[in-house]
Amino acid sequence: MTFPTGRQGLPTHRRRFLGSGLAMGMAALGEVATAAAPPQPLASRMPDSMKTLGGTDLAYGQPSVHEQSVQRVAHPSTAQTAGFAIWRTPLQHQRGIITPSGLHFSVHHNALPEMAPDRHELMVHGLVQRPLRFDLERLLRYPMVSRIHFLECAGNSAANALSPTAMNQTLGDLAGEVSCAEWTGVPLSYLLHEAGLKEGATWVVAEGADGGSHSRSLPLSALLKDGFVALYQNGERLRPSQGYPMRLFMPGWEGNVNVKWLHRLEVTDQPAYTKDESGLYTQVLDNGQIERFAFHMDVKSVITHPSGLQTLPEARGFYEIGGLAWSGHGRIAKVEVSVDGGKSWALAQLHAPVLDRAFTRFTLPWQWDGKKATLMSRATDEHGRGQPSRSEWKRKYAMQSFHHYNAVQAWRVGTDGRVENVYA
Amino acid sequence: MRKRFVLRFGQLLLWGLLLAAAVQAQPLTAPDRQPAVQPITPPPSMGLGLPLPQAQIDRFSITIFPDGRNLPPGQGSVAQGARLYQAQCAACHGDTGIEGPAARLAGSDGFFGWSDPLRVLRIRSNPLLVVSVGARWPYATTLFDYVRRAMPHHAPKSLTDEAVYALTAYLLHLNDLVPSTAVMNREALLRVSMPGLAKTVSAWPTQP
Repeated sequence: MTFPTGRQGLPTHRRRFLGSGLAMGMAALGEVATAAAPPQPLASRMPDSMKTLGGTDLAYGQPSVHEQSVQRVAHPSTAQTAGFAIWRTPLQHQRGIITPSGLHFSVHHNALPEMAPDRHELMVHGLVQRPLRFDLERLLRYPMVSRIHFLECAGNSAANALSPTAMNQTLGDLAGEVSCAEWTGVPLSYLLHEAGLKEGATWVVAEGADGGSHSRSLPLSALLKDGFVALYQNGERLRPSQGYPMRLFMPGWEGNVNVKWLHRLEVTDQPAYTKDESGLYTQVLDNGQIERFAFHMDVKSVITHPSGLQTLPEARGFYEIGGLAWSGHGRIAKVEVSVDGGKSWALAQLHAPVLDRAFTRFTLPWQWDGKKATLMSRATDEHGRGQPSRSEWKRKYAMQSFHHYNAVQAWRVGTDGRVENVYA
Repeated sequence: MRKRFVLRFGQLLLWGLLLAAAVQAQPLTAPDRQPAVQPITPPPSMGLGLPLPQAQIDRFSITIFPDGRNLPPGQGSVAQGARLYQAQCAACHGDTGIEGPAARLAGSDGFFGWSDPLRVLRIRSNPLLVVSVGARWPYATTLFDYVRRAMPHHAPKSLTDEAVYALTAYLLHLNDLVPSTAVMNREALLRVSMPGLAKTVSAWPTQP
């Protein structure tokens, strides 16, 4: 049940239920004379959907028109910076762990290139025995693997990291640069071993075919172990927004290295220090040093419902607190939830499947007493890594650093049921 | 008698199995394993890759490395770069490289600066303004690499190599890293020292 964003008093279905119960009770007492009245004609006592043939379906199915408000939200940009686009997933509306492809977040540095699949080639060159090119038809014949993994932008939750005061926004606006899907593709080791690696090969520069030719340097050992060229997402061919016809995929690593519209892999002996390893995607530590190549996304969790700008429809009563947890290093081992601002914590229930470097759904039943409450979640992964508080995270970094923010997220529930973002 | 015993035993067995099944269905927290991406030994080669000709490699090798690899011939001066900047860059990056709305090219890294009292308000709407090229980038070669492959934003790769050398010279000058008389070419670019390099720490070991 999605909590509505407005307060309407007692929901109408409850009033109707109470009313009909009363009538039934009175009838049972036998107080009211029940002369058998003729039943209403069928058509007049049935809802419209049960009286007509119905409309046609679509070749490519779409959500109900009544769910049209569930969409990605674009970060507003100026005309000059329109190519730099951030589309956030409305996590507060998602259930389960799979983000539908149409709602998967995207960050584009140079908007969406138009790709011609019949002309696209993946080039592999540099410190290899045999420089090779792979067209799509041949690449699609390779054995593939399928993995469920989250993907998160290193700049996710920048507002919480940078703003001195907690911004009153939805979960999607605050932390929506993360999603989870099933990715299917060809392991990079198959392609790199076919090309044959030369002595001294330690890095690979991966480049996309977009306008800005986005590129990142990645360690060869990690690519051989975990990397693959993703061609499918959630069962269908990768969409343009996600890098059609192919993207690099590195489980658990910051979104930026998962190069979309992948077209070139240059095997080399050193990182190239591309623009996205020089300025953005670096962190300034508290001592002024600039940390680079922090590839892994850390342990993180968010309560998806109730969350920012939602309103609990009824004062007091049962609600299920639900959320998502993930770690770029492995599986989630536990999630603890507090409703009193961190004074006490309860172990939330983790829902199967609990997968390596993927969203894990957690829930906790909550009997709300109508008083002010501060809801928080903190996750721990199988390696014992946890989440810092916001102040602990801020102490590690310089004031202007915002990448890799994974502090505990807190929501304040007011006595009027309104939920807002707070720093706790 | 015997029949009742069999029936009773059967009931107990059934209940036992149901109980066992119920207990089995409990664990919601049991971790599920995904198989490894590839087997321990590399698979036999599929052999479907086609040879990549050297001419095609040369055509696409636009990655400029910190040691200067792939830097093309050519040169450009700070003065030439200043003119090009006003024509091609100022509209998005601001007249002095700090006003935005596009990424900040010059100035100190961080929120506060006496020269720009509106910076805090600007950053709220455009967080990219927090990061400065001159303060953060470790190698000058990256300026050449990025301007050539990605700028201007609406017409990437439209600049000549000489124009890119000139703009690189001007951007370095905006950051007080080269004098106003500087001329950038391959050799001069490799001699430029960026403040970001000395401050660099790597979370991934970059040396073997």
